[in-house]
Amino acid sequence: MNIFMYNNNGTNIPNIGFYICHCGHNIAGMVDVTDVQKYAASLPGVTVSRDYKYMCSDPGQELIQKDIKEFGLNRIVVASCSPLLHEHTFRVATEKAGLNPYFFHMVNIRENVSWVTQDFKEATKKAKDLVRAAISRVFFHKPLIKKEVPINPDVLVLGGGIAGIHAALTIANAGKKVYLVEREATIGGHMAMFDKTFPTLDCAACILTPKMSAVKSHPNITLWTYSEVEKIEGFVGNYKATVLRKPRYVIEELCVGCMDCIDACIYKEAKYSDEFNLGLSMRKPIYIPFPQATPQVVLIDPETCIDFKSHRCKKTCIDICDREAIDLKQTAKYDEINVGTVILTTGFKTFDAKRAPQYGYGKFPNVFTSLELERMVNASGPTSGEVITRDGKKPAKVGIVHCVGSRDEKSNKWCSKVCCMYSLKLAHLIKEHTDAEVYNFYIDMRTPGKGYEEFYDKLMNEGVNFIRGRVAEITDWALVAEEENKLTIRVEDTLVGVVRRIPVDMVVLSVGLEPREDASDISRMFNISCSNEGFFLERHPKLAPVSTFTDGIFIAGACQGPKDIPESVAQAGAAAAEALSLICAGTIELEPNTASIIEEFCSGCKSCITLCPYTAILYNEDTKKACINEVLCKGCGTCVASCPSGSIIQNMFEDEQIYGEIEGLLKFAGIELADNKTEGKEIEHA
Amino acid sequence: MPEENNKNKWEPRIIAFFCNWCTYTAADLAGVSRLKYAPNVKVIRVMCSGRIDPQFILQSLASGADGVLIGGCHPGDCHYSEGNYKMLRRFRLLQRILKSMGIEKERVRLEWISASEGEKVKTVINEMVDTIRELGPLGIPLNILEYNKDLIETKTEENRKEEVEYV
Repeated sequence: MNIFMYNNNGTNIPNIGFYICHCGHNIAGMVDVTDVQKYAASLPGVTVSRDYKYMCSDPGQELIQKDIKEFGLNRIVVASCSPLLHEHTFRVATEKAGLNPYFFHMVNIRENVSWVTQDFKEATKKAKDLVRAAISRVFFHKPLIKKEVPINPDVLVLGGGIAGIHAALTIANAGKKVYLVEREATIGGHMAMFDKTFPTLDCAACILTPKMSAVKSHPNITLWTYSEVEKIEGFVGNYKATVLRKPRYVIEELCVGCMDCIDACIYKEAKYSDEFNLGLSMRKPIYIPFPQATPQVVLIDPETCIDFKSHRCKKTCIDICDREAIDLKQTAKYDEINVGTVILTTGFKTFDAKRAPQYGYGKFPNVFTSLELERMVNASGPTSGEVITRDGKKPAKVGIVHCVGSRDEKSNKWCSKVCCMYSLKLAHLIKEHTDAEVYNFYIDMRTPGKGYEEFYDKLMNEGVNFIRGRVAEITDWALVAEEENKLTIRVEDTLVGVVRRIPVDMVVLSVGLEPREDASDISRMFNISCSNEGFFLERHPKLAPVSTFTDGIFIAGACQGPKDIPESVAQAGAAAAEALSLICAGTIELEPNTASIIEEFCSGCKSCITLCPYTAILYNEDTKKACINEVLCKGCGTCVASCPSGSIIQNMFEDEQIYGEIEGLLKFAGIELADNKTEGKEIEHA
Repeated sequence: MPEENNKNKWEPRIIAFFCNWCTYTAADLAGVSRLKYAPNVKVIRVMCSGRIDPQFILQSLASGADGVLIGGCHPGDCHYSEGNYKMLRRFRLLQRILKSMGIEKERVRLEWISASEGEKVKTVINEMVDTIRELGPLGIPLNILEYNKDLIETKTEENRKEEVEYV
């Protein structure tokens, strides 16, 4: 096989332009770019070989375009950064000069060479190998035409927290249809549970509920609460989602939220743990999550409703409802929707404080989590805004322990970002509600943000105590009289250098933020990735923070990483804008890396048909051949690799292109031949 | 590479096939994180590990690679649903073929590396290079040349070319 003698039917002899980028010092600091440039010039087919400081800059791109016109180049190879970063840039540049963009190929000598190699000589050698592979590959490149498909303008927003609400409203206000799907019976998410927000101390409900009602009443928003996406198929611009609408046993369209049924329930006393108040209060089997729940619709919990358990309830709720909204025979139903883009705003969960047993959560009744305290200080919460211990007393001393489940080798290594600020806020609110002495135990105070450091300053002036040190344990073992019947916080005060024991009446654990348990399931369903911590992975940490590796799927809010409200809202707006920019373009260009069958070689064995995950391959009974539907094909190439007769080709990843790359990489392997013998001559391959 | 025939200077040559969505991205991440690893592994990007024809692997070995590394998404994470499972099946079969050809199975390695596992790219590549270094060169092209030496020498220059191409 002599790959360098190849030409396209003798008419299209490769005339290659090679460019190597210095990328400042990023590449030039570890790779001898001049050497590689000279080496490339010696390779067969290379007409032009240049090095330039920044290939991706305008002058760099113009260099390519000028050469294409001047030397009639018909293949372009650029050795620079990852194709995931700049392949598009250079394709566009190539296309602008009148050459089909698929005659361009990119060599990754930054992420794959200069940044990961320590030895200058080795790096240069590796770069040369990769360049040789690329030059030998482009011999087999063919012109391709991009597919254009229309975009469905409807958007699916998954998760009705503040991020989802903001994204949905932004898109709906632009006149596009939005499906907002929320798992719980109401939208609002975690923000609805908070009392005040830092650093301005404005009331969370006051700023959130207007947005919640706006969602409910917006003509462009279809709000589906108590629903989950079960399945999603398709691709950017044309997704089909199957949404499970869980039965709430109340007909949503009929219920007006008068709550007469709740009063009428045969359970006179509420006796079941209220999830919204984290078990700090009780609810009945028929309930509404919280007063401002949106939609304002009651729901019945089949686990606790006596009619579901024994079928012998008097059904007083049905009797009282004059709108006949209660339907105990309701069943789950599935709705299918077609959307073009998806925004995932599935949020976070708080760290389970029981996983840090030294703090005694679940063991000592007066150890609370920060979220429980948020509910407690809330006027509509379980204690109507009173901060009290489990036995109903006002605490005289309260300890707030930072970094529970954050910055901890044993659980989560990351900083949850919001805890310092919300701990300060809770310290302020506890002081306001109880006038107790408040201690904050912190490792480092992290208060970057507009008005945040000032808030910290304000708290210090309010007389809150700050002790630097990670709390070792919380114990009820009293060593001195004043520790009797109290919780003692044992901590090393690292600023003074002493171990302190501080007896308090109440402990608040500032729990960190974690990915939701099913984040990985969601990521699989939507074909996106998770970072090591389990949060959804963005396409680029800096330049594409709300995009994912799957086109048309965007992420926003705390599902991408710990975030406070302003950041979540900002991301939601960004994700909405990204979705809108796709929608407004009307159509989307798809990579032409699809597969096709050479009919004359197909033996009709059908082995490819079952392999295709998209059922894009059909068997033509008349011709006894397989046939690929290019619209359905996503270009994975699984069928290509499995075809026994080699009759399937994948554009951009054709067999001969990959063999070209292999041969190029391994040229002279095991055969003694010096590099400088290659100039313009045929190269023999064994 | 004149030193290639010098046993002391021999360096493993490894070809890696990385899927675009997980492992190639992870390799990029390793780069961005400035993790340093052995320069012996050279990556060929494919869209999915399911695209990797066993013949790519055999061809690589036949052309002089001492080992082949395949990187795909973790089971269940495949961008194309199940391409990685297809690769896994082929990989199992291929291992049997390699065995029957007398090629150590450690020379071909399959690893699931997700987009966030830059560290794993480094570990796997370094391990792979160490393994191959221990196994020594595979040297198929050299061996073939050796077998055909007599044959080749008797041919004319013209025929010789054809013969080599055929091999």
